[in-house]
Amino acid sequence: MRFMMMVIPKGYESATPDTVPSAEAVAKMTEYNKALQRAGVLLALDGLFPPSTGARISYTDGKATVTDGPFAEANEVIGAYWIIQVRSREEAIEWAKRAPMSDNEVIEVRQIHEMPDIP
Amino acid sequence: MRDVHKTIEAVWKIESTRLIAAIARVTRDIGVAEELAQDALVTALELWPEEGVPENPGAWLMKAAKRRAIDALRRGHMLEQKHEEIARELEWRQQRLADALERSMDQVIDDDILRLIFTACHPILPVEARIALTLRLIGGLTTAEIARAFLVPEKTMGQRIFRAKKTLSEAHVPFETPSGDELRGRVESVLLVVYLIFNEGYTATSGEEWTRTAICDEALRLGRMLAQLLPGESEVHALLALMELQASRAAARRGRNGEAVLLSDQDRSLWDLAQIQRGVTALEHAQRLGGGAKHYALQAAIAACHMRARTAEETDWERIVLLYDALMQISQSPLVALNRAVAVGEAQGPAAGLDALDAAACLAGASAMAGYHLFPSVRGDLLMKLGRFTEASEEIQRAITMTKNLREQELLTERLKKIEKAALSA
Repeated sequence: MRFMMMVIPKGYESATPDTVPSAEAVAKMTEYNKALQRAGVLLALDGLFPPSTGARISYTDGKATVTDGPFAEANEVIGAYWIIQVRSREEAIEWAKRAPMSDNEVIEVRQIHEMPDIP
Repeated sequence: MRDVHKTIEAVWKIESTRLIAAIARVTRDIGVAEELAQDALVTALELWPEEGVPENPGAWLMKAAKRRAIDALRRGHMLEQKHEEIARELEWRQQRLADALERSMDQVIDDDILRLIFTACHPILPVEARIALTLRLIGGLTTAEIARAFLVPEKTMGQRIFRAKKTLSEAHVPFETPSGDELRGRVESVLLVVYLIFNEGYTATSGEEWTRTAICDEALRLGRMLAQLLPGESEVHALLALMELQASRAAARRGRNGEAVLLSDQDRSLWDLAQIQRGVTALEHAQRLGGGAKHYALQAAIAACHMRARTAEETDWERIVLLYDALMQISQSPLVALNRAVAVGEAQGPAAGLDALDAAACLAGASAMAGYHLFPSVRGDLLMKLGRFTEASEEIQRAITMTKNLREQELLTERLKKIEKAALSA
């Protein structure tokens, strides 16, 4: 089964477009990514630019409305994600617990639908 | 609600390989190492539900294993302990063992994991024992899980694993990474084991769906692990590519009622594009390493050829024939020749396909392959395309009697009807 581990860094919702993680944080994360890779569970990973560079497209009455970031109403935004293939929900949680996160950061673990799951 | 036992199981799946590898580095015996690690797991199962899961479960398990190792040494079960040894000597050895285990866990390196894999896949063992031991030591699967995947009683599987560890121990198989000329053959054995595990999950027509998917995923995980551990071995990347490309079709391989769907009839929109991409990337890696003409790389290249076609009609059969020709250079297998005949039939027409099939049947000779139902089934298809309907239906009827698989029989019966219909309108 596949899971997405989403990183929700506190304050990222209002981070300026040029915000980048510190070299120290990157080094720690690289170590962690290598551990995922060595265990053969890592399928994909990416870091995302802050929402201030993004856009939200919302839909009402079949019409799409575009709002440029940052988004006033958002207080939890995704900063990065991993996709891992593991054998249970608990294993995904265990991997998330091993991630080198700082205080106030959150990882949300969610299972990915497999084709046969969708009727 | 989170269940502590499930958490322990998950911790075990993550940590057990490193743990066993670290202990084996000191004990030099993977059977002993696995027992000590198992003992540590039992301790965890007793204590964690009460005390909670420790902050660093890997280190905790190692500590518990170390305690058990020292106990075992004291009882004289380890390291060919002599009974008359004086107490001081024993104490010194205990300390040395404790220190060595302590250091080992801190330093567990990729080489230890590799040693563990090479030992579990040692050619001294029968293939099914290598498979069981690999799933157990590197997959972290329980004996019950392995037994379920291979549809054998748990007791049988337990004995298989026990005997395998005993064989390794009695033969004093060194816990090491082979080098020089030996390496090639040993890598081949590891790859064969991983591919057999994959096929068990991929092609088995019986067994629970969930178990089969889990076994496929485990083979893929082993393949990815190996690609990290042996980055310079092209066939490691090629096998990973082959598995990713085959697995990417998983959702399209079965119809609504669980029936098999042939490649040419599959709904290609159900293929997993991200997985195809991973497969293609791994194949390109293998080719860059200069291994494009090797066994798994050619098979992966054939799979990639199929995956690149947006419709069955777009398939580049000429290229597939060339790849099969190259594959025939490596192994004169009747099965490869049979698949080649199918490709020749598509690329150069049914008459050329029949000639290629005759050559394949020649290769099969009187071997078990000669009784393979796909020979008459492919011949029937080619004859039908040539308008030789009577011969075609004879071949398909022969094929039906040669397979015990009900789904195959159904598919063949349908084809028989098609031939009869075509014969009537001709």
